[in-house]
Amino acid sequence: MLTSLLKIHLIDGESMKILVAVKRVIDYNVKVRVKADNTDVDLANVKMAMNPFCEIAVEEAVRLKEKGVATEIVVVSIGPKVAQEQIRTSLALGADRGILVETEEKLESLTVAKILKAIVDKEQPQLVILGKQSIDNDNNQTGQMLGALTGMAQGTFASEVVVEGDKVNVTREIDSGLRTVGLTLPAIVTSDLRLNEPRYASLPNIMKAKRKPLEVVTTSDLGVEVKSTQTLVKVTPPAERSAGIKVASVDELVEKLKNEAKVL
Amino acid sequence: MSILVIAEHDNSAVNAATLNTVAAAKAIGGDVTLLVAGLDCASAAEAAAKVEGVAKVLVADDAAYQYQLAEAMGDLVAELGKDYGHILAPATTTGKDFLPRAAALLDVNMISEIISVVSADTFTRPIYAGNAIATVQTSDSIKVATVRATGFDPVSAEGGSASVETVSAISDKGISAFVGEELAKSDRPELTAASIVISGGRGMQNGENFEMLYKLADKLGAAVGASRAAVDAGFVPNDMQVGQTGKIVAPDLYVAVGISGAIQHLAGMKDSKVIVAINKDEEAPIFQVADYGLVADLFEAIPELESKV
Repeated sequence: MLTSLLKIHLIDGESMKILVAVKRVIDYNVKVRVKADNTDVDLANVKMAMNPFCEIAVEEAVRLKEKGVATEIVVVSIGPKVAQEQIRTSLALGADRGILVETEEKLESLTVAKILKAIVDKEQPQLVILGKQSIDNDNNQTGQMLGALTGMAQGTFASEVVVEGDKVNVTREIDSGLRTVGLTLPAIVTSDLRLNEPRYASLPNIMKAKRKPLEVVTTSDLGVEVKSTQTLVKVTPPAERSAGIKVASVDELVEKLKNEAKVL
Repeated sequence: MSILVIAEHDNSAVNAATLNTVAAAKAIGGDVTLLVAGLDCASAAEAAAKVEGVAKVLVADDAAYQYQLAEAMGDLVAELGKDYGHILAPATTTGKDFLPRAAALLDVNMISEIISVVSADTFTRPIYAGNAIATVQTSDSIKVATVRATGFDPVSAEGGSASVETVSAISDKGISAFVGEELAKSDRPELTAASIVISGGRGMQNGENFEMLYKLADKLGAAVGASRAAVDAGFVPNDMQVGQTGKIVAPDLYVAVGISGAIQHLAGMKDSKVIVAINKDEEAPIFQVADYGLVADLFEAIPELESKV
């Protein structure tokens, strides 16, 4: 009896599970092109990779584990079968196990948040770390929506995360500078660019990652109804800005700005 | 249908982005209600009542809203917003923080950073760092969106005479608290509101060299920004970053100094009316979007420019 009580205490007090959500998106180096029929951007035969903000989220979780703050890192991705690649990458970076919620559908943020809520209910993490936005849709919504659905506090656009007891202090990059908020755990953090610099996976760790557990589930396994309320009417290229002229000197620049552009 | 716009303010005045957001609401059409949530924010509410085109101001004056934390704001906006057809907030770090939370509480999706209104349910917004513009139609009963300020000319801050109504606060769940802030102190205009912006990049080499840009800016009444490379290198603080994940600016004149012109930077400034690039590398991509390019050593060109304007 005493030992089992002690065990419960240890689990409550000293183990911390982190859930990290990662997304498979177009590689950030790829130049995006709009399809000729204006239905969407062209992703055929385009290099795909982990969303850069998600990589930062994984790295932060791994650092918390290395510091002894976290004990287990679970990585979840929602997407097609090939999104297993991004989960394996996360496992190679130091996550312990993966969950793929396999779907071929393009999901809207609210549905993604509902799926993550179902995973949170199952896994009961103390901290959920997500990228602040994905570089395809640039929505910047999922972490906040997950906060609403789980009732957890949120620290968005984080540049520093410090866990202390049952609280986490998150320093956020805001328009006017930096702001630190204190959140009661369990809580949600979304990563900004300067939270950390992600490491590269080493070859031995890539090999080891292949043996780490990766569970595949579907949205119906999780009891989440996939609903869509947004229609992509069309996608067009942005207005092109043509290159102007080169001026030869500061004098010519000042003359043009005064007399031609009339902005000085 | 009426439209709820969440005002961004500092408890004494409403900020400029609020005026652009009201402009978006006017483009949708319908009665506009402005929500001012803060602490001791009566003068902000008074200012809000004068904004052109606003029919009603709701004031939630409570310690729970002092710092506009997302948890309390999300609950408040979801509660008040359920009777409206649209809910809009500026696409600032505050609006982006609480509005998705409110949308999820209302069980609706959200449209981020709209730049134009096609119709009451259809909007355009940049995707892929501005490399494509999506036209999105929503069937949600309440249409929730953040508004990118550069997409809409601001309404006037004067001329309105809205009624002011006090709303009672929603109880604060106490799961989040303000700990501290490090705010930029500057007498120069706000980056997003300035008519001239001068930005420095990695070519500036260090933070001290930004002094040159500050001197030029002070002469022109300009704001000073920076590329991500300059912020990452620690030359200047994050609030100066212009780009996809920093601030989106569209001034009359944008001067890019020692900035190569990565896509992520262009996403934050390419809607500027006139772009000047000063860079010693004539192959730098920034020249492809610049109206006037000067291939020169910035350490000679900037002091010369300062002496001649």
